[in-house]
Amino acid sequence: MNFNLQWTWFHRLGSPRWFYQQTQRWLPWLAVATLALLVTGLVWGLAIAPPDAKQGNSFRIIYLHVPASVVALAGYYIMAISGAVGLIWRIKLSFMLMRSAAPIGAALTFIALVTGAIWGKPTWGTYWVWDARITSMLILLFLYFGVIALRHTYSNNEAADKAGAVLSLVGMVNVPIIYKSVDWWQTLHQPATIKFTGAPSMHPDMFAPLVVMIIGFYSFYSLALILFARAEILRREYRASWVKQLVSNQPAEK
Amino acid sequence: MANNLSGGFKAYLYRDILIAQRDRGDLSKPLMFFLLVAVMVPLAIAPEANKLSAIAPGLIWILALLATLLSIERLFSEDYADGSLEQLLISPNLLMMPILGKITAHWLVIGLPLTLLSPVIAIWFSLPISAMVPMMLSLALGTAVLSLIGAVGAALTLPRQGGVLLALLVMPLYMPVLIFGSATIQAAVDGLNWLAPLAMLAALLAVAIVLCPLAISAGLRIAKNG
Repeated sequence: MNFNLQWTWFHRLGSPRWFYQQTQRWLPWLAVATLALLVTGLVWGLAIAPPDAKQGNSFRIIYLHVPASVVALAGYYIMAISGAVGLIWRIKLSFMLMRSAAPIGAALTFIALVTGAIWGKPTWGTYWVWDARITSMLILLFLYFGVIALRHTYSNNEAADKAGAVLSLVGMVNVPIIYKSVDWWQTLHQPATIKFTGAPSMHPDMFAPLVVMIIGFYSFYSLALILFARAEILRREYRASWVKQLVSNQPAEK
Repeated sequence: MANNLSGGFKAYLYRDILIAQRDRGDLSKPLMFFLLVAVMVPLAIAPEANKLSAIAPGLIWILALLATLLSIERLFSEDYADGSLEQLLISPNLLMMPILGKITAHWLVIGLPLTLLSPVIAIWFSLPISAMVPMMLSLALGTAVLSLIGAVGAALTLPRQGGVLLALLVMPLYMPVLIFGSATIQAAVDGLNWLAPLAMLAALLAVAIVLCPLAISAGLRIAKNG
């Protein structure tokens, strides 16, 4: 039951208490960095970067759409890999991270889909196109929903974690297959008339704020993941003496 | 126990087929569903041959998907309820072989009859005769993949007996099968090379046979404690 069998660095990394105390120190820095990056990226992207030759100002939604999509997809891998780490080394913390990653990833996927639809209207004249990337993102959203829904099936926390990890891993194997097959299906059904403004073909003045925004979203993701995981730690470890002490010492703050 | 590897496979294959044979009502329900929904389609859309044949390749696959989904829930739930699953889990043998045996039995009871019934639907929807063989081949391979992936969902949702949750978990994973399955029929209808998507289905089956039993046995062991 206890996590501090051996105080090697590896086991210390897996200790919820160590994580909680360590992240306490990281949080302010991370919060400041996230805020700075997002504000810089948004002001730069929305106000300073030049308007697109064809799309005018409507292209600026790219500064939300692309970072959200990138991090949503990476988030699935983060979730599945932390699930795998939990399954293999039986580390409680990585299950907590896995559980925290699911709702954040789902929210980012949702943002990516909504901003994509809003962007699609002025660009393609329609909110929805069965494009390979859009369809894959929609399926990704349902994969996230599946992982979130599965945990409510189990009354036993440990079983719920393991089941979620297995499902995320099955999904991880499937994400590239789904993407490739949807890509193949799309080329079969409609000529590839829709081309995204690919990043390499972007002007550096437009691309630089995008990079800032992507880093900013990753930073935001880490911040959200840590905050969710800290809440999860308190929820699960409420019987541990250090949590009791923490709560009783600061009743007003929590 | 120095059991040979295929022992568990055969035993569970025969056992599940026997159970299905003794309880024919269960066996026929998903097939009746398959045919009944197919009857609804012309009534809801239009009884015109060209409209129906345009949607038939995808529709047959959606019906096959739903019929498999309806039946896969029971794959482990009865064994779970009567305790025989527990016996399987504590036995010293590999779990893979009994699991593959059960899934093969499920395919023989659901997937194969679906495949054999599909020409009826093809005729109802005025698909060309030339598309029959590709359609049946794609269904034979594809329903096996559907059974394998569905079994992962069935194992993971065991404590709650599947239901809508099972559909939610499994449907996104069914997407590639659906795409390549309907593409095989579509290619045959259009007179194109249908072997390419069929080969993709076969590849999916090969991957699923290797990987799904791993996830299923992990899922069953977890569900036992859930």
